[in-house]
This record gives sequence, structure tokens and C-alpha cells, in this order.
Amino acid sequence: MESQEADKNPVVQRLRAWDGEAVSEVIGFRGETTVVIPRERLQRAAGYLATEPFLYFSFLSDITTVDKFPLEPRFEVNYHLLSIARSDRLRLKVRLAGNDPVLPSVTSVWPTANWHERENYDLFGIRFEGHPDLKRILMPDDWEGHPLRKDYPVEGPR
Amino acid sequence: MTTTIETPTGAAQTMVLNMGPQHPSTHGVLRVILELNGEIVVKAEPVIGYLHTGIEKSCEAKTYSQAITLTDRIDYLAPLSNNLGYCLAVEKLLGIEVPKRAQYNRVLLTELTRIASHLVWLGTHAIDLGAMSVFLYTFREREEIMKIFEYVSGQRMMTSYFRIGGLALEPPPGFLDKVRRVMDALPGHVDEYEDLLTNNRIWLGRTQGVGIISADDAIAMGCSGPMLRGSGVAYDVRKAFPYSSYDDFNFEVQTQTAGDCFARYQVRVAEIRESIKIVRQAMERVAKADGPIRTEAPGIIPPSREEMKTSIEGLIYHFKIYTEGFAPPPGEVYQVIESPRGELGFFVASDGSAKPYRVKVRAPSFVNLQSLPRLAVGRLIADVVACIGTTDIVLGEVDR
Repeated sequence: MESQEADKNPVVQRLRAWDGEAVSEVIGFRGETTVVIPRERLQRAAGYLATEPFLYFSFLSDITTVDKFPLEPRFEVNYHLLSIARSDRLRLKVRLAGNDPVLPSVTSVWPTANWHERENYDLFGIRFEGHPDLKRILMPDDWEGHPLRKDYPVEGPR
Repeated sequence: MTTTIETPTGAAQTMVLNMGPQHPSTHGVLRVILELNGEIVVKAEPVIGYLHTGIEKSCEAKTYSQAITLTDRIDYLAPLSNNLGYCLAVEKLLGIEVPKRAQYNRVLLTELTRIASHLVWLGTHAIDLGAMSVFLYTFREREEIMKIFEYVSGQRMMTSYFRIGGLALEPPPGFLDKVRRVMDALPGHVDEYEDLLTNNRIWLGRTQGVGIISADDAIAMGCSGPMLRGSGVAYDVRKAFPYSSYDDFNFEVQTQTAGDCFARYQVRVAEIRESIKIVRQAMERVAKADGPIRTEAPGIIPPSREEMKTSIEGLIYHFKIYTEGFAPPPGEVYQVIESPRGELGFFVASDGSAKPYRVKVRAPSFVNLQSLPRLAVGRLIADVVACIGTTDIVLGEVDR
């Protein structure tokens, strides 16, 4: 019900008009709009959303991952975008298989993505191709494993 | 130390210096690897994670209510802001609205938190730059605000006073009088700090033109809060996406255009004055408002003690909520508030169980710190201290 309303969101319609295959699903929940986007389209769509004058999502708030283990596709990477000029928010979501957690980096679109992508690499093991310096950020460099994955215990031996 | 950094100016000319992780002016356990040409910074690389405690992972093992206590410890200079952000996120997930009286009390206390946090910032920043006495003054006033928190919640710092659906306890009698006393004295004290600093030649020399970031760069680097407003972007979550009835209050978004350390200082001092205005309005609204401090949602929000003792449903709900917790519908929400440091976001994902499936904290200091190299490169080592100071980082929040 709410998802059908989110479908009418002008941002979603613009995105769809720009590239029909960039939007594979639209989710509406509690007034927030989420656009599920195929991995191949992420970088181009990011560039479009950030610079298109009507949309102007020039501010990347956050990148975060949800691990659905043991379900597949295992990872959902969420990009929280903000348009300061229009006071609007949008969430992009990319679904990734557990055996292939690779994404193109969006640091060329939003330089702030640098540390966010490092954090997702560190804690979830998502690799971002084209990232200038992909290394751990919160855990020590020689740490083994990715602590926020669901198959990583909260306490006790790994 | 065996860290090697590529040197654009040739290895013979530069030296690598580790600032931190134990250094008084890095405000905790921040380490910055500086590459220096004489005293000029050629490259600066912040290294973080020394205070990483896995708060997001721990949240997944707690019920929604238990996780509130962890949010206090993220940004320990503004625990109530964190409580508020998390509670609003879970309330959004549940689809419940909090009574007005609780909302106004929340605004009152988070604005006091903002004042207290800015006072700590001002004092420590001034001490970093050699002005010892300001620190003693600001901590005197901060202590008065801490006493209010203790009076209301029983704790000076780790308050956990905001709960899902409202407040933990009825505010005690005489609470507003205490707040009023502090607020009446505070504007004069802020004048005192400004007398000491704003026209002080040494202060101006240390902060004006230092650590400049342009508006476009600040947006590209994801800066928020006073960092962004000091560069001339009037973005404040309280105005752009009002939460907790902030649209009922009159206040101005404070901006400066210079984008240097002095501009950020001016923004924060002006914000203290604005927050005093908001607290005064909130006091009036709290005094007028009546009604409950907690919303009614059987099975989600614990019943009052009276009800728990007298009705069988109340007793059952009390028992169920405190043993099992409650289960919001599956879904994901991202709730943003304006913390003293900027845009504080809570991303909470539910799988329909009584424990959050994922909690992600979008920590403003984490993102703001990322632009430190842009502020510091080309400046003297002493200016790095000023840049770290006006970025206003809290390492508990950076590392989580």
C-alpha cells in the first residue's frame, strides 16, 4: 500500500524516466522512500541523482549494510541521500550475493563516501572497486573477520 | 613506528610525526599521522578506532529498550541527544506519537545538552590554544546543567532518561525553577567568555583564516552541524526536518560565511544563545502542558506503576515488556536529529523480533573528522590543534 504511494514520488518517476532499468523496486515505509537499484547501475545513478538540478542529492549522509545471513541475497547496502536545497531524503539500496560482495565506489560522486566505504569494508567485508584507499578503519589492520556480519559472534570464540 | 607515507616533496625534506593517540589536544584517542616540511603540514592522515567498542553489534543482542543505555555512551558529551535520536527512530518504526508534554520536555533537555556540550567544546578548545581561564568558567556553568540532569534523571552523564514512547520518570517538582535559575545566569556568563575571546588579538590570530573549508567542499565531505553552518550553509535538521515539535519554537539558524576556525567559534557561541531562547520557550510550554509523559500503547509501552499494581492487564504487560520486550513490524527507518555536533542519524532495521536486527549510528564527528586533512594541510602544526578543536570531535562517537 505504502509502496504504491512511494512509487508516485516525483524523484522515483524522474529516475525511472531517466533509466527504466535503474529502478528494480520501490519500497515505501513510514514515509521514507527506498529505491532498490541494480549493482551495475549504481555509479551512474549516483552521478545523476547528485547533479540533476531537479533532484540535487548533493549530500551523502551515510552508507550502511544489513547482513541477511543465511538468506540470499545476503547483503543490503543502503545509501542515505540528502538534498539540502529541497529538504528531501532518499535511500538507495543495492542487494549483493554473499559470495560476491563487490560494489563500485561512489567516492568520485561524493568524496565523503571514502570513510563510509572503508567502514563497510571493515565491518562487513564489502569491497568497493575504485576506492582510493580501501583498508580497515575501526578494527586493527591485522584483524581477522568482519565483526558486524551475522555469523560473527557477539561474544566468545570465533 | 614503521608507518610509511609516500612523500610528494621527497623523502629527504619531510619527516613523519605521530600526533596521538595519547595527546592532550586530540580530545581522546585520536591519532594523526602528520608529514611535515619543517613546521608546515604536507599531509595529515587521521587514524581512528582506538575507542571502538562495538556498540552497534551490542545493540543487536539487546532488546529495543535495553539498547537505549548503549546510546548514552556513543557521544558522552551529549547523551540525551543520542537517547532522543534512538527513541525517535524506534518510535517511527512502531508508528507511535509521543504526547506533547513529553516532546517539550525532550526539547528542553536536549537544548540543555547542546549548551553543555558547546561549553565543554569552548573550554577545551580555548585551553588547546592557550587560554586557560575560559575552561574554568565554562566548566563551572556546565556543572550547573549537569546538576539539572542529575536532579531529573538521577545521573549526571549516562542519563537514559528518554524512553521509547516518552520519558522514564515524571520530572521532579521544582525542576523548572532550577532550569530558570541556570538560564537567567547563563547569558551573562556567555558575555564573559566573549569578553575573554572574541576581540582577543591572540585568539583572532590563532583562529582567523585557519582551517578554511568552503561551502561546496563541506557538502562534498558530508560535514554537518556548526562545521557546515560556519561555511555559510544554513542547514539545520531542526528546521529542515522538524522532529519532537521543533516547529513550535522560534529560533534562528546561525551561520557564518568565512568557513574558518573563528567562524565555527562564532556559530557555536551564537548557538548557545539560541538554545537559551529555545529552553525558555520550552519552559513555558512545559509549564502549560498537561497530560501524560508517556504514550499509551498496550504491549509496547510499559504501563504506569499505579496501573501495574491495580489491573491484571497492566501486570501482564509489565511482565511481558520487561522480560521479552516488544516486537515492531519488519522494516527499516532512518531518523535524523541535530546533535550538538551535527546530523546524528539512527538507522534501525527490524526483522519483526524483539531485538533490533541492525542499528547503525550516523555519527556526525566521524564524518566531520574526515575533512581534517583538508583543513590542516599547508598550515603549521599548531594550527592542526585549532582544526581538531573546532571540528569538535568526540572519540566515543567517532569509533562507536
